[in-house]
Amino acid sequence: MTKFINILIGSLKNIANNKLRSTLTMLGLIIGIASVIILVGIGNGSTSQVSSQVKSLGTDILTLNIKSSDTSLEYSQLDDILNLNNIEKVAPYKTVSSTVSREATTSERANIIATTDNYMEVTKLTISSGRLLSSIDLENNSKVCLLGNDIAESLFNLSNPVGQDIKIDGDNYKVIGVLTAMGSNIGSNIDEMLIIPYTTAKYLGSDTSVNNLYIKVKDEALIDKTTTIIENYIKSSLGITTDYFSVSSQASMLDTMESVNNTLSLLLGGIASISLIVGGIGVMNVMLVSVTERTKEIGIRKALGAKRKDILVQFLIEALVLCICGGIIGILCGLLIGTLLGNMGYTFSSNTSILVISFLSSSIIGIVFGIFPANKASKLNPIDALHAD
Amino acid sequence: MIELKDINKSFHLGGETIKALDNINFKVNKGEFVSIIGPSGSGKSTLMNILGLLDVPDSGTYNLDSIKIDKASQNQLSIIRNNKIGFIFQNFNLLGKLSAIENIQIPLIYKGLKKDEAKKRAYKLMEKVGLKGREKHLPNQLSGGQQQRVAIARAISCEPEIILADEPTGALDSKTSLEIMKVLEELNNMEQTIILITHDINVAKKAKRIVKISDGRLYEEGIY
Repeated sequence: MTKFINILIGSLKNIANNKLRSTLTMLGLIIGIASVIILVGIGNGSTSQVSSQVKSLGTDILTLNIKSSDTSLEYSQLDDILNLNNIEKVAPYKTVSSTVSREATTSERANIIATTDNYMEVTKLTISSGRLLSSIDLENNSKVCLLGNDIAESLFNLSNPVGQDIKIDGDNYKVIGVLTAMGSNIGSNIDEMLIIPYTTAKYLGSDTSVNNLYIKVKDEALIDKTTTIIENYIKSSLGITTDYFSVSSQASMLDTMESVNNTLSLLLGGIASISLIVGGIGVMNVMLVSVTERTKEIGIRKALGAKRKDILVQFLIEALVLCICGGIIGILCGLLIGTLLGNMGYTFSSNTSILVISFLSSSIIGIVFGIFPANKASKLNPIDALHAD
Repeated sequence: MIELKDINKSFHLGGETIKALDNINFKVNKGEFVSIIGPSGSGKSTLMNILGLLDVPDSGTYNLDSIKIDKASQNQLSIIRNNKIGFIFQNFNLLGKLSAIENIQIPLIYKGLKKDEAKKRAYKLMEKVGLKGREKHLPNQLSGGQQQRVAIARAISCEPEIILADEPTGALDSKTSLEIMKVLEELNNMEQTIILITHDINVAKKAKRIVKISDGRLYEEGIY
């Protein structure tokens, strides 16, 4: 133990004596470790962001997408789907884009979701004022709309939009409600959108065919079975194979997204690991130089009774101390830069396991890349070493 | 207590075999002060290396304090060196980045002493070689004579059976040389066995017995 503490103090002294060299050596590791933390942190951040968004939709929701351009469901067929086993609600939706204006304010190519009264419940959207779509709106093809929070602000400034008219593609639409602000959501920003009744979309150059449908199931436990039932219904009623449509649960979407994100994290982690290895080679290089420089010291120590192990441990600890210092500074730099990036709007999430992994990998690099120079030092012949300059 | 029997050692240099030590038989008793004198190339460095367990002979036996050094591993040799042999070199061979006191502690720490114990002993040794108060000095802050005193303190720190002094005055002026030789003589007066290797007859004469080495062979010169 005394020996060990002495060696530790000695190696710290040595690092302090070669400040510039030690700093430059550590820099490689600092960059490596910091980039592992930043890149994996950003990867993790986007994973957790995406999964929380997907999860927010709920696990009792299925999404039907018909990709075939030749065929689609008819609006009237939705009742058939509703009659299938275990299905509580359906909400068809389609997105059209059109010009929205009020007085002098115009928004070109605004995104409009045409849907039914169930949509709000299925997607867990709420309103901050006014009322929701009703089945009467759908039956009457009413020209009414709900406004996203941002578009409401840009069209109406601070005045209350509810009950007022706006123009969509030149036609007057009555604003019946304003949505609660949600922030951006998987590629689309609900705050910038308008919602109109599904049947009203025909005035905007669309028909009532259904390609996208949210389906809420009664019993979550039967979601896989329900998926099959819906698939069979689509196959038999439209005569298309699963190549042309998909029924996916939030869980399966989550799986897909997570696997994409995991690949991304792995890739980022891989790139960062390469820089870590390069840093390790830097450490090995410096340690080899150090062994050569201190050949005489090794000779003297051996003459005075140092065993191979003593010399090996001395140089190994020096490499290890170098790497651990670099690792700790790297972790701090990584967290700092990550936090700064987080403040700039990126999602950065770091956890204890990645910090521990970073710390361990810097230690392992110290051992792996330190062992070769240390072994070389320990094998030096005392006579040759004593006579070195 | 030191006995070399039929020691041979040769080196290969550019296809040629050079016989550095030729059938050396040599005995040193406890408490002796022996000088080995010889010109450069006589084999005295090789003999020193073998006596100091830094090298092993090609053939022959070496008994050190009734330990037969035969086919010992490098690690075993290190342990024996640590316990039995104290080195004094021409160029002092102190570690430049360590203070005087730290230099003296090196063999003690390799021996496995606790840090406090080693420190305590090192302070006593500094006093013994007349350098009290200079414990924290780095070697380059000490004169040649003082550095050699630190080296002597280091050599005797583990209470070795023998001290091997290789040209201990070679890098010192004549006045300092005398001082260093006096330290060695004092040590010898306290029953410390010393083997001194030199090419300088005046230094060699300080010893009680002189052995001459030439072309790898030993000749007994005389006892004073």
